Amino acid sequence: MRGNPAEHEMIAPGNLPAVLELLAAAPGEWTPIAGGTELMVAHAAGRLGPQKLVSLWGIPELRFIESSAHTLSIGAAATFRDLRAHAGIATQLPLLAKAATWIGSIANQSRATVGGNLVNGSPAADSSPALLVYDAEIELVSVRGSRRIRYSQFHTGYKRNAMTADELLFAVHLPLRFAQHRQYLRKVGTRRAMAVAKVALAATALVEEGVIGEIRVAAASLAPFPARMYQTESALLGRSVGPSVIEPAREALLAEAQPIDDIRSTAEYRKRVAANLLEEFLIELRTEVAPN
Amino acid sequence: MNDCCSTIQFTVNGEKCTVQTPPMKRLLDVLREDLHLTGAKEGCGEGECGSCSVRMNGELVNSCLVPVLQAEGATIQTVEGLALDGNLNPLQQAFLNCGGAQCGICTPGMLMAAAQLLSINPHPTIGEIREGLAGNLCRCTGFMRIFESVLAAATESHAASTEQVADAR
Repeated sequence: MRGNPAEHEMIAPGNLPAVLELLAAAPGEWTPIAGGTELMVAHAAGRLGPQKLVSLWGIPELRFIESSAHTLSIGAAATFRDLRAHAGIATQLPLLAKAATWIGSIANQSRATVGGNLVNGSPAADSSPALLVYDAEIELVSVRGSRRIRYSQFHTGYKRNAMTADELLFAVHLPLRFAQHRQYLRKVGTRRAMAVAKVALAATALVEEGVIGEIRVAAASLAPFPARMYQTESALLGRSVGPSVIEPAREALLAEAQPIDDIRSTAEYRKRVAANLLEEFLIELRTEVAPN
Repeated sequence: MNDCCSTIQFTVNGEKCTVQTPPMKRLLDVLREDLHLTGAKEGCGEGECGSCSVRMNGELVNSCLVPVLQAEGATIQTVEGLALDGNLNPLQQAFLNCGGAQCGICTPGMLMAAAQLLSINPHPTIGEIREGLAGNLCRCTGFMRIFESVLAAATESHAASTEQVADAR
């Protein structure tokens, strides 16, 4: 049954300290809402529960993209349209720029935020694989101060994360040290626009003289949350990029992946496609000559 | 909790509006029920179909996913605001000329998505039109006539602006 808007208290304090005070005064009572592309869908379907909502839309401290020589920082309320429009992301973090184009449609990208994508914690989240292989850090804030954790440790279970009830996701920090890495990201969905991923795979690898010296592989929809594929990385680290690396890498990924059958796909299909995507990346590593 | 109403002010199609409404009411419902602007349609109610598309502060949004509190102070354009002084917008005329509208449910959203696209990219390629309208579903036309309408409107406005330049000379 459709949700009744009159049942929800909602306020828009308009600044970050006021939001944090509210979260601290009654932990768990207020649900932050940014662009609403997730919570308003739940509301329409009558799945939103009795929460009070505190709006993060239009809070300037949360909507920014800043870069220094070594880091690019994205405020939690930056939209995917903001990401697509940012020249530094396009050139220095191309996988993230590509993922931003996958978020729903233009109308969704105008409203959907990076922080919302991560806090919602869908196993299929579009921005997550890219953020994982770029070794992102998450900054959380509360009235107690701020702390940083690796994004790879943010998700702790299906739709569960490392935040406490009084914390808010403040920013995502990305180290700008992947320019020399070979980079890969591909999503397989029902169609190009408006489709939730059946599976997506991202990778960054540093290849020196034909040997994989550093590698990160991450996937959407292969686990209860977007996750690094550490065993697959181990199977590839230090190996030559020749054809002999493909089978052991596929086997490692198939052993590690824990996809499920659901409305969008089957576990079997997801595994096969994920292994094929990994193979595609490894073939690219072999055939493409790295630019000097 | 019917007493949890907020007073919200915003500008719709150039006119200042004030509504008393629950803050979580969807912008779509405020437009249709409170302001009687029934151009924006509800299709899916979950941001998938685009039939409720409006422009808010220069960006395309699904009005079914905007709690009206977040529209406070915003400048909103709906399909009712496209025509100027009783003259159809070139996009509307192109949809008429090219058969871009059939049953009409998707049309207001298609027009707003197309208006948004042309506002930032006045001469889009067919690929850019496909992307700009990818969040708007049509179950009549098979989309080709809609894409052709947008292309025609872009060409038309290009021809018109070229004429204006020629006239000015």
